[in-house]
Amino acid sequence: MISIQGKGVSTGVAIGPLYYYQRAKSTIRRYEVQDAEAEWARFKDAQAKAVEQLGVLAEKAREEAGEEAASLFETHQMMAEDMDYEEAIENLVKEDKLNAEAAVTDIAAQFADMFANMDDPYFQARAADVKDVSGRIVGILTGVVQGGIDSPVPVILAADDLAPSETVQLDKSRILGFVTEGGSGSSHTAILARTMGIPAIIGVGDQLKPEYEGREVIVDGSTGSVIVDADEETRARLMAKREEQLKHQRMLEQLKGQPNVTKDGQSIKVFCNIGNPEDVAAVLSNDGGGIGLFRSEFLYLNCEDYPSEEDQFEAYKKVLSDMDGREVVIRTLDIGADKQIDYFDLPKEENPALGNRALRICLNRPEIFKTQLRALYRASAFGRLGIMFPMVTSVWEVKEARKMCELVKQELTQEGIPFSDDVELGIMIETPAAAIMSDRLAKEVDFFSCGTNDLTQYTLACDRQNNDLGRFYNPHHPAVLRLLKMAADNAHKNGIWIGICGELGADLELTETFLSIGIDELSVSPRSVLPLRKKIRETDTGAVRDRLIADLMNDTPTI
Amino acid sequence: MKSFEYVITDPVGIHARPAGIIIKEIKKFVSTVMIAKGDKSVDMKRGPLGVMGLKVKQGDTVKLTIEGPDEAEAAATIETFFKENF
Repeated sequence: MISIQGKGVSTGVAIGPLYYYQRAKSTIRRYEVQDAEAEWARFKDAQAKAVEQLGVLAEKAREEAGEEAASLFETHQMMAEDMDYEEAIENLVKEDKLNAEAAVTDIAAQFADMFANMDDPYFQARAADVKDVSGRIVGILTGVVQGGIDSPVPVILAADDLAPSETVQLDKSRILGFVTEGGSGSSHTAILARTMGIPAIIGVGDQLKPEYEGREVIVDGSTGSVIVDADEETRARLMAKREEQLKHQRMLEQLKGQPNVTKDGQSIKVFCNIGNPEDVAAVLSNDGGGIGLFRSEFLYLNCEDYPSEEDQFEAYKKVLSDMDGREVVIRTLDIGADKQIDYFDLPKEENPALGNRALRICLNRPEIFKTQLRALYRASAFGRLGIMFPMVTSVWEVKEARKMCELVKQELTQEGIPFSDDVELGIMIETPAAAIMSDRLAKEVDFFSCGTNDLTQYTLACDRQNNDLGRFYNPHHPAVLRLLKMAADNAHKNGIWIGICGELGADLELTETFLSIGIDELSVSPRSVLPLRKKIRETDTGAVRDRLIADLMNDTPTI
Repeated sequence: MKSFEYVITDPVGIHARPAGIIIKEIKKFVSTVMIAKGDKSVDMKRGPLGVMGLKVKQGDTVKLTIEGPDEAEAAATIETFFKENF
């Protein structure tokens, strides 16, 4: 077994024989032409054919991968007809009497060098575009048919790097996955592979050797691993992963676009938990209805110093805009306890889970809190925002946090900076105190969201980090579930909504219970959305409600 | 002659795809359209490579100069496009 590590840029597991992409690698002949005008006409003819082919590719890409992929080929069409490019070639053909294919190759190299020497990765990557367009024209001039796959069975395609036109021209029924030696995550190949749903691994360098051709390889796009001749165990593990993915894929096809409604007509929202703006893609591809928990910590964890208002604003704005009007609940800073950050310079605590963390830090250090709230309110102009405060135990904390929100809104109004008037304010129910005080807290906010991991830890006096507590740490404990019910009842009495954003939300064994106590929203990892939707659609709440609530109120042996 | 200056706000700068789209639009006008960054100036109608060669990035100021019988209409179209895309 040979194990190769690259960078996965398009997820999925695929297995099949390795096959090297057959590229037209004819050496370009270079000679002096007798009739320069005829040679020029030969170029113009090839250029017209290239433009025509690119037009066909644009249409094909439009159908298979959408408008953005199509416009790439339209841009290539314009490059093929660019006057700077064309005149430079004309000059070589007419003045130097150089044959057309050599002239195109030389000029392509000039433009590619110009881009490659720019100090910006985006512009550097355009060198590949110029080479791709020119390769096509040269291919037409030399009579080479654009490359492809000559294999009777589907393959894992290997190449040094694939040009965009090469990727789109491939017969995709013959391709199970891509492995390339070079490339980058933002190369056209990676983007097209993702859009087309084929696993792709790039940057394996010289670990991949031509002598592996024809041998069985397994590629895993989520880990970037390429396995040649896998042993039994690895093969079984990856095949199981592949099976899981296919199952998920089928579920996606069946359940995408379907409402989260029980057999007896009860609706519940299924939202997603995310940790950074890039996760929005997974939310949308899994059909999440919104974002129920966007953890803002990544902004603070990925830097050496406090993130600026501007950096935060850009991140929040991106998520709100990408979610296109669907609700996005962003949780304010939740550090301390298991998440420590050096520059906060927090004193070491005996018992950090019960210490200075989350909203407590924010209320003690209003300057940090205010910066985040300003960024949040500014971003609210770009979508539907909910702001959620973590680790609440008392009504006064919420009042103080709200006062800060009012202050921020006043400031923004004075500065003439736009923000939305419909921002919802909510709190996490993750301490027993918050659940017990939920009748009072419900009057201060627009929603509750239950953090079941911490709620379990605090209610059962069980450290969630301690793996030895085993059966004592039981999130299904009736004490935890009763607190959830108490919070739900108080939320509804006061006309506000209640969700669950902890891991328990995706626990299918409890879905019926959550529906029975009237939870309005479950926020789960993107991959859990569809399995949860399936469970909801199979549930008849009316038939189980009385029994489940009775179970909850009596400590039955099942719990 | 019409001209305007524009400061690029797009994080990537003037990138290939929208550059292609606006060049296509410009070709519909009779007027010549020059784009300049610093002391380098190119004719946009010639195609995307010259424009890309200017390497216009976020924060750069470009100056557009439009000259010809339909310059008013062309300038308005181009300015709107720049504001929306760059």
